[in-house]
Amino acid sequence: MLSKRIIPCLDVRNGKTTKGIKFKENVDIGDPVEMARFYYEEGADEIVFYDITASSERRDIMIDVVRRVAEEIFIPFSVGGGIRTIEDMRAVLLAGAEKVSVNTAAVKDPEIISAGAGAFGSQCIVLGMDVKKVELSGKTPSGYEIVIHGGRTYTGIDALAWAKKGEDLGAGEICLNSIDADGTKQGYEIALTSLISGNVNIPVIASGGAGNINHMHDVLKYSKADAALIASIVHYGTYTIKQIKDELHSRGIKVRNAW
Amino acid sequence: MIAIIDYKAGNLKSVECALKKLGFPCCTTHNLGEILGSERIIFPGVGAAGQAIADLRHLGLNEVLRQAFEIGKPILGICLGAQIILDKSEENSAQCLGLISGEVKLFPSPLFSEKNERLKIPHMGWNSVHLIKRHSVLEGIKPADEFYFVHSYYPVPASDKYVIGTTDYGIEFPSIIGYKNLIAMQFHPEKSGTPGLKILKNFCTWNGHYAE
Repeated sequence: MLSKRIIPCLDVRNGKTTKGIKFKENVDIGDPVEMARFYYEEGADEIVFYDITASSERRDIMIDVVRRVAEEIFIPFSVGGGIRTIEDMRAVLLAGAEKVSVNTAAVKDPEIISAGAGAFGSQCIVLGMDVKKVELSGKTPSGYEIVIHGGRTYTGIDALAWAKKGEDLGAGEICLNSIDADGTKQGYEIALTSLISGNVNIPVIASGGAGNINHMHDVLKYSKADAALIASIVHYGTYTIKQIKDELHSRGIKVRNAW
Repeated sequence: MIAIIDYKAGNLKSVECALKKLGFPCCTTHNLGEILGSERIIFPGVGAAGQAIADLRHLGLNEVLRQAFEIGKPILGICLGAQIILDKSEENSAQCLGLISGEVKLFPSPLFSEKNERLKIPHMGWNSVHLIKRHSVLEGIKPADEFYFVHSYYPVPASDKYVIGTTDYGIEFPSIIGYKNLIAMQFHPEKSGTPGLKILKNFCTWNGHYAE
């Protein structure tokens, strides 16, 4: 039976990670390729790179990172952030990434999902969704709304309707980030994850709120999530991926624990 | 030299990177002479069966693969490359290569786990393989090892004699099949960490002999 995936997420700016791993010696390592290799060797099931480079002319730096990662790690990895066109997708995939994720670009032009799926296959296209809890209304009957610009801009799009539309357009996976939970370390938003994952037939990665292993256990056990995204709890050395997997395994969550 | 067949079907870079890491010279090519002159062949693929078969025929690669198979060159099929070696596929009702007799089927929907949970399609992520036959290419693979899968269709050879390993996802399906000098797997060894690299390494030194 399929294992639940544990996926570290690395934010990359101008070719450097913004949060370095604190190793035992407390040394920051800001090289995304080194960090990816570290997590690969620790048993990560997949890696997500999120490019937060502001200027578009520096995009080639990220392509170089992708190329070097592909030479070093032999698990799937995806790249998101600033993917706006089919050509952006092509550059990242040809450099060796398995998947690309689109978020704001898909909100602005949903056809990018179908165009990407048509050109490269659905398995390559991840729909990234940033979601906030809102009042139930005619516009947002699920009580969750899609937001962009890091949560500052409400789009008026209902989160559940958007997830279904993304699936219909050909997205192969959804990375579901709760802006309310993100950075709180108080746990994933289980109700939201369960709602979305229970209503689409493509895998859903839960994101936002991981503060401890208990949170990961809960989202994987109770929300129908197929995978859990983590960032600071591994970047700052609170846990190793091995510790997380051992603990989840002992609590009855099926994870890959041989590599 | 190992030839990685290039017929526009998906990400070939990762197969190339894995072989490079393992130290085996390879080239990604659709040149017929280069493929027939190679020591062994990797036949990868991501995408839809109909388009893949059309591209293979357009490039003349269907005949080259058949010839390579008949002269005993070791061939490794990956993902879509483990499907279109059969006779036909339910995907696009495609007529395929027929190197192994059988067909390719879509996962039934809805699909449920033993615990009666609804399973998603595609089957995407890490899963294990129950090895039911021994094979040199799978030397050193342990029951706990898992492999990375992404697919909605799966191969169903006409006879169990072609099935080397199976995987459980709502149903038990053949995930490694083989016949003579051809071995094929539904998962991506190039994306399956250490056990996947081990399979690639074994393949790169395999003499192509397989006693069923």
